[in-house]
Amino acid sequence: MTTLQTVFAKAKADNRAALVGYLPAGFPSKDGAIAAAAALVEAGCDVIEIGLPYSDPLMDGPTIQDAVHRSLINGTRIADVMRTVEGVAATGAATLVMTYWNPIDRYGAERFARDLANAGGVGTITPDLTPEESGTWREASAAAGIDTVFLVAPSSTEERIQAVAECCTGFVYAASLMGVTGARESVNVAAEGLVKRTRAHTDLPVCVGLGVGTGAQAAEVAGYADGVIVGSAFIRRMLDAPDEAAGRASIAELAREMAQGVRSRG
Amino acid sequence: MTHEGSILTAADLAGNGVHGDDPDRHGKFGIFGGRYVPEALIPALDEVASVYEKAKNDAQFLREFDHLLRTYAGRPTTLTDVPRFSEQAGGARIVLKREDLTHTGAHKINNVIGQALLTKRLGKKRVIAETGAGQHGVATATAAALLGLECVIYMGAVDCERQALNVARMKLLGATVVPVHNGSRTLKDAINEAFRDWVTNVDTTHYLFGTVAGPHPFPEIVRDFARIIGVEARRQMLELTGRLPDAVCAAVGGGSNAIGIFHAFIDDRDVQLHGYEAAGRGLDSGEHALTLTAGSVGVLHGSRTYVLQDDEGQTIESHSISAGLDYPGVGPEHAWLKDTGRATYHGVTDDQAMAAFSLLARTEGIIPAIESSHALAGALELGRELGPEATILVNLSGRGDKDMGTAMKYFNL
Repeated sequence: MTTLQTVFAKAKADNRAALVGYLPAGFPSKDGAIAAAAALVEAGCDVIEIGLPYSDPLMDGPTIQDAVHRSLINGTRIADVMRTVEGVAATGAATLVMTYWNPIDRYGAERFARDLANAGGVGTITPDLTPEESGTWREASAAAGIDTVFLVAPSSTEERIQAVAECCTGFVYAASLMGVTGARESVNVAAEGLVKRTRAHTDLPVCVGLGVGTGAQAAEVAGYADGVIVGSAFIRRMLDAPDEAAGRASIAELAREMAQGVRSRG
Repeated sequence: MTHEGSILTAADLAGNGVHGDDPDRHGKFGIFGGRYVPEALIPALDEVASVYEKAKNDAQFLREFDHLLRTYAGRPTTLTDVPRFSEQAGGARIVLKREDLTHTGAHKINNVIGQALLTKRLGKKRVIAETGAGQHGVATATAAALLGLECVIYMGAVDCERQALNVARMKLLGATVVPVHNGSRTLKDAINEAFRDWVTNVDTTHYLFGTVAGPHPFPEIVRDFARIIGVEARRQMLELTGRLPDAVCAAVGGGSNAIGIFHAFIDDRDVQLHGYEAAGRGLDSGEHALTLTAGSVGVLHGSRTYVLQDDEGQTIESHSISAGLDYPGVGPEHAWLKDTGRATYHGVTDDQAMAAFSLLARTEGIIPAIESSHALAGALELGRELGPEATILVNLSGRGDKDMGTAMKYFNL
């Protein structure tokens, strides 16, 4: 199993940023999601976030909403998410689950953490779990030996960045902009400042997500962050592709461009 | 904090902190409430909380709120005895709190005026809101027009259809109505979309949340602004009957009208509090909105509360003939009142609600909102249980003009 610590140490040694790809489980199909993630790893993604599809994704823009909706229609359950993690972890990428809090809460925090660890997952990203409410989850994760990643935002005060960073292991997720997920024309200028502010509070790697969609943007973000997170841009290509194979080819092409980007720091 | 002729004091607004059930600083009612939202929204929620904290103890704010409630919303609203309707309740005396007589036709105006004034104090020029039945949307559009704020209303596409009249009202008032086509295309999806707008535009925008759900501090703020309903009703019941009612009844969707009338009675331990949720086509049909009576504890829209969800935490779509009760979550304070046993919650089917809707119209000449009709149906049953000596206060939370389309279809009018 590849840990986040190994990934970021290696990226640092190579003087580059890590590339983190996001795909929801069960999209475009249960097996298709594993194949798509494997294609991303093959093309140069170091870390994969597997999204746990949720009925009320209030932090996600239309692209991810659409994919998640299709996944739920495909009947994706938590067992499928775990199976996806297992398949992706087998490729050698450090594999996380990104999920809203309620599915873990309902499934049982200890059970979820244990099942994820058993599937070869290395941690979770929980975008709607604030430090105040995170105690149960951090305990369960520590017991299972998996990392916990939380988000900071451009609006975060120093106190909040400090509080969030203290709850993180693995890395800190810096949301580049005030808004929902989705590729943008340009990566918000606030991102660099946020990464700088976050570094003042932690030695953990800081990865930037939201709005990254091209190799050039990846290179720009790699200039100041330890990792570049890409989700909607991949999913958009899969939604637009005529079939799963074409979708895989298309996201592999974009991932190669991004992988080059994180290696040519701007 | 009072002034000449005032109907409102700081204590009226906030209950003066005398209730053991006030939320703690993290917005928790027992295990319920809290904040489960993207970190990006935390500063905005903190700002709303701190501006509200100052406002509720500021005489100037209370004066402004009081003034608009009296001269614009039409407060205080009256109580109405309904003897002919009460005959069907085994002779128990049913008294209605007439929130249907407020400006815009429902209790929603109370919260909206309070939060619109807060918006000005926040220095923001734009408000957004979700709406189910359209009443909160209409009220928000109204207050926005009054105070010169830009207004965008998110409304499920299904609700836009069944409440077309309210869509037209909002547009006439200058609001932009955005139909939401995601998910179940009802209230819960409108809330998701409003949160997405808020996180994107939080610098300029206040999310004028319409019910006592959502992340802290909304359950507390919305309750406090709706609390005037019960404060007035308690005083009026003492004047009218010389004693407190035996029971208070209200419909529960998100739960703002119910908390609004319950809260002033919480310390009156002899007064029963009954909330009525939409049982839709019946519990066994699976098509209902019985969040408190048949749901389980989870997190929805930023708050820990009772939720309609499956075994893996996916939200189950609710159903009700009344758009305002068609919501798979509920305010965390209701979850707390349920678990502590202070309030009791029941289900009322579409058919029972529509029978009460028709009965009140025919016996008293009052056409209630279908939401409120759930409380009326509950009161009929409760009256038969409590006997002819009992007095029951019902929150008639809104009027039925908006429901004529549904009524025409249901009754073949």
